[in-house]
Amino acid sequence: MSFGDEFLDNLLPPQEEEGKLRVRVLPGEEPGSASFQIDDEDHTLGNALRYMIMKNPHVEFCGYSIPHPSESVMNIRIQIYPEYEEETRPVDALMKGLDDLRDLCDVVEEKFVAARDSFNEEQGV
Amino acid sequence: MPSADLSQRNIVGIHAETVSNVTSTDFPGHYPGEDHTWNLANFKRNLRIKFYRNEPLHAEFDVVHIDASVANAFRRIMMAEVPTFAIEKVYMLENTSVIQDEVLSHRLGLVPIKANQDTLKRMKWYSKKPLPDGSIPSATTDDTIVFGIDVVCERKPNAPKPTATSTPHPDDLYVNHSVFAKDITYSPVGDQEESFDGNPPHAASPDILLAKLRPGQVISAQLHAVKGVGKDHAKFSPVAPASYRLLPTIEILEPIRSKAAERFKKCFPSGVVEVINDEAVVVNPRNDTVSREVLRHEEFKDKVRLGRVRDHFMYSVESSGQFDSDDIFLQSIAVLRSKCNVLKSHVETMLQLEEEKREREEGVVEDAEDVDKMDVDE
Repeated sequence: MSFGDEFLDNLLPPQEEEGKLRVRVLPGEEPGSASFQIDDEDHTLGNALRYMIMKNPHVEFCGYSIPHPSESVMNIRIQIYPEYEEETRPVDALMKGLDDLRDLCDVVEEKFVAARDSFNEEQGV
Repeated sequence: MPSADLSQRNIVGIHAETVSNVTSTDFPGHYPGEDHTWNLANFKRNLRIKFYRNEPLHAEFDVVHIDASVANAFRRIMMAEVPTFAIEKVYMLENTSVIQDEVLSHRLGLVPIKANQDTLKRMKWYSKKPLPDGSIPSATTDDTIVFGIDVVCERKPNAPKPTATSTPHPDDLYVNHSVFAKDITYSPVGDQEESFDGNPPHAASPDILLAKLRPGQVISAQLHAVKGVGKDHAKFSPVAPASYRLLPTIEILEPIRSKAAERFKKCFPSGVVEVINDEAVVVNPRNDTVSREVLRHEEFKDKVRLGRVRDHFMYSVESSGQFDSDDIFLQSIAVLRSKCNVLKSHVETMLQLEEEKREREEGVVEDAEDVDKMDVDE
């Protein structure tokens, strides 16, 4: 990894209210469906996460929205196929989506560094 | 309507007035009998990244077989969420120039600050949050870079006199009549000199004009630069800009020959189409601007099919100077990964709190049952 752990602590801005939970389950939760509200996230994570969660075969529906542009919250809705309700809760799909997105980042980084290094070598840099 | 033809599946159709087949369809359950479940090994096998240019201030590379949502996340993070240092506070000691204090402060803020890149990444965020006693936390050597700017404009001795026909150039008349970004000087605090290790903070472009002065005018200020992100203020954005476009495709459906071939070639930017052996051939679709000019010509309308490859992203990242352009992309990956990790821990904490709450409630119910029993015993 080219981006060492020593930098990670200072990569994301500190949370405004320290220790506050940034994820909530919105009212109307059922065994196979739930909407989550995430603070301080926008389309950047919203759309990428929605894509990763939709790649989960247990997920019937996933969508995200920014309810109002002046509030920095992002809502994400997950519905599980009734036949998978027993084994997958919506929150499991959410966590799997986050894990998968993180794995994707690792792969992109690895390939990016390899492509850059071989290009630099070709160019004699 | 998604095309049944596999080769057309990831092509966005470009027509004279419309586009078609725009959204991704690689989801489980979309195509009968096909598995589009997320598979890291498959993703790793298919993902292709190729560089075309890698200069400190400009990188161009292709990322192929990635979804638009993820490609867009990297682009948005590069512009708005990769942290850099910029001047945030200006303590004006003297400003007798014609530029007002607030306008000069704003201009100073926009100057990209460059220094040892590792040290900048390691430095901390300046906390604006008031302390418990209501006071504002003071800057530390870990989170603030201090600069000064002190410029005095004076008349040059023995300056030429203006004549009836010509006015001398200000360069010949005055000293320091223009204030540039290079006049911003770094003042090391604490162990900063050591930590910047021979590459102290300075303006990335020395020749940014900040103000103009005339003899007797003075600009003197102390400047504090802190870490920030582009979504807070554009001055923190490390790119100018980061963008991508989809690879254009031009498919010639029927041979186009002789004079028509020359006319066909003229519908595209130079280098995209060449006439080889008296026949039009697409040589380099990358350079096409997808102007759709060819579709305005009746003779070519049915002989060509324009499109864009939906999962072929041609990135162009221009750094504004703080970081190398390829490093900005790497940082955007790190930011996205950190977001996932942080959010995952929040979700886990939420589940844990819910669990504890449920246990407490169940405990209360059990206690209540015990009380009931005791009542019965009595």
